[in-house]
Amino acid sequence: MELFDNLALGFGVAFTFQNLIYAFIGCLLGTLIGVLPGIGPVATIAMLLPATYALPPVAALIMLAGIYYGAQYGGSTTAILVNLPGESSSVVTVIDGYQMARKGRAGPALAAAGLGSFFAGCVGTLILAAFAAPLTEVAFKFGPAEYFSLMILGLIGAVVLASGSLLKAVAMIVLGLLLGLVGTDVNSGVARFSFDVPELTDGIGFIVIAMGVFGYGEIISNLSKPEDEREVFTGKVTGLFPTKEDFRNMIPAVLRGTAIGSILGILPGGGALLAAFAAYTIEKKTKLRPGEVPFGQGNIRGVAAPESANNAGSQTSFIPLLTLGIPPNAVMALMVGAMTIHNIQPGPQVMTSNPELFWGLIASMWIGNLMLVILNLPLIGMWIKLLTVPYRWLFPAIVLFCAIGVYSTNNNTFDIWMVAAFGIIGYTFIKLGVEPAPLLLGFILGPMMEENLRRALLLSRGDWTVFVTRGLSASLLAAAAVLLVIVLLPAVKSKREEAFVEE
Amino acid sequence: MVRTPTRSHNRDIQHWRSYLVNIKSQKDFFSGLMFAVIGGSFAYGATSYTVGTGARMGPGYFPLVLGVILALLGALVMFKSLVVETPDGEKIGSWAWKPLFYIIAGNILFGVLLGGLPAFKLPAMGLIAAIFGTTIVVSKAGDVFVLKEVLALSTVLSIGSYLAFVVLLKLQFPVWPTFITG
Repeated sequence: MELFDNLALGFGVAFTFQNLIYAFIGCLLGTLIGVLPGIGPVATIAMLLPATYALPPVAALIMLAGIYYGAQYGGSTTAILVNLPGESSSVVTVIDGYQMARKGRAGPALAAAGLGSFFAGCVGTLILAAFAAPLTEVAFKFGPAEYFSLMILGLIGAVVLASGSLLKAVAMIVLGLLLGLVGTDVNSGVARFSFDVPELTDGIGFIVIAMGVFGYGEIISNLSKPEDEREVFTGKVTGLFPTKEDFRNMIPAVLRGTAIGSILGILPGGGALLAAFAAYTIEKKTKLRPGEVPFGQGNIRGVAAPESANNAGSQTSFIPLLTLGIPPNAVMALMVGAMTIHNIQPGPQVMTSNPELFWGLIASMWIGNLMLVILNLPLIGMWIKLLTVPYRWLFPAIVLFCAIGVYSTNNNTFDIWMVAAFGIIGYTFIKLGVEPAPLLLGFILGPMMEENLRRALLLSRGDWTVFVTRGLSASLLAAAAVLLVIVLLPAVKSKREEAFVEE
Repeated sequence: MVRTPTRSHNRDIQHWRSYLVNIKSQKDFFSGLMFAVIGGSFAYGATSYTVGTGARMGPGYFPLVLGVILALLGALVMFKSLVVETPDGEKIGSWAWKPLFYIIAGNILFGVLLGGLPAFKLPAMGLIAAIFGTTIVVSKAGDVFVLKEVLALSTVLSIGSYLAFVVLLKLQFPVWPTFITG
């Protein structure tokens, strides 16, 4: 079996001392930022990107990936114990998790989240390994027209599935695409929209945008709200292990959550957040067993399903990135950046040109999930202590690390002025109620889209019908159109708006 | 005869004011305006580059198309904000000027202290000074500011950053002021 050979290669890479250490650091950091409300994986990965310059590419990607799925574990702890989503994908875990904690069942809730996540993580990793090779085959059949249509589908999918206002989200994508075009045009050598600023001819750094918009914008917005009264359940976590009855309820929920999460993770715009929402909605629709606690009052299924789903989704969202080179969400957009820093062009060729990186990363995810269960269940006391750290100590540190990170990307203070500007822009976005995640996706895809559009039209001699006459391209565009139509159907539209209001 | 234009002018203003008062969603109106203006500027800027044709796209082609699309989307968002009712008018609300100012100021101060400003003959003060300056200024953005606490935090962050970034990761930073290290 080729898959086993590949996995053996991967485990060989992942089990080296250095890579184990970086997987551990990634998981530790991920849990840390997952536990702490007010900082998410996007800002953290952006902050740490420059620091990975010095590392070998495998180690760097292993660590950054660990931050993303580690955050899914950590987020549940805060959701259950503090009634705050430590991570946006734990929003729904808050509902039943906190109620369980109030009834003195914080232990089983944490265990359900941890064990569910672990199971889902293992399955997600296996799916990633199994699907990567065949999907890569398909990707090699893609010409520029197909790539362009795929990006359209990806971008449409991202806004349809993951944002509130559709129109504003599409506008943010276009804005992102435009910002991505700033700098020297590779074909003509013309410096576009650079206003004769030498630093701008290299384009706007995406770390600058990510940190300004996601880091500073969020902090300013957090500080403008009065500090919540936090009621932390410390020292009350006893009896970590769920009862037999808990297991009976939990296991089907974990299985359903894993399945939903794995599917939604692959879809563009999917990933952890959407998966958690969908899983919770489905659990709520299934019938309660006799004697079971209703949802919203501390049902263990309401913790197990979304937590499994968000972790499965975070694993499988690597599939489009690793096979097609197209990031399905903002975190994956940053991973593209991480790969390009190390001179790896994301796409189907990664698997053949860098097999040790590809399979090493996948194998490390399984190891990372194992580390995370250990980090999050037996060592839960440590994270509870962390929750008592006040925000007034955290945000200066976050701002400082952002500034240090931005400076060290180019050793140039110009990036610091830019991040200040994007901080103001990011806060403006929040005030105007536009979501910044589509902007980052557009920004990453902008140059790629232009290049593929240019090539496709060059080959067809300016004939735009090339996108619909080639079968694969046409079906991708049709899928995008179907997605749009479904969302605009009145029945779906009202349901969708409901879902985002809950958020 | 002379008054008529003024009157109609007044009516115009009133007409427009009634529209502005009737913004159904303030957030949407201004985000639409933002998209329209930015899209328009990009489209206008793109015309100064060679646009070319579909078969031979010049550097201006893609930005021009995108700029026009963005401007149209912005106009559509604005139009919706005037027509579609919302329960609360989706007001933008007050701006958090204090955190906005201190966070951005602290960030800029970091750059100024770390790298100096040659244009103003300001020497580079190095990483440690920059960390203290930034932490103190940024802390001002919060509700509570205890100087002792902030100084302790700055010290911890300085030592931590020095160890993590300079010793461990070997990133290139000017650590101390240039007039000391030369």
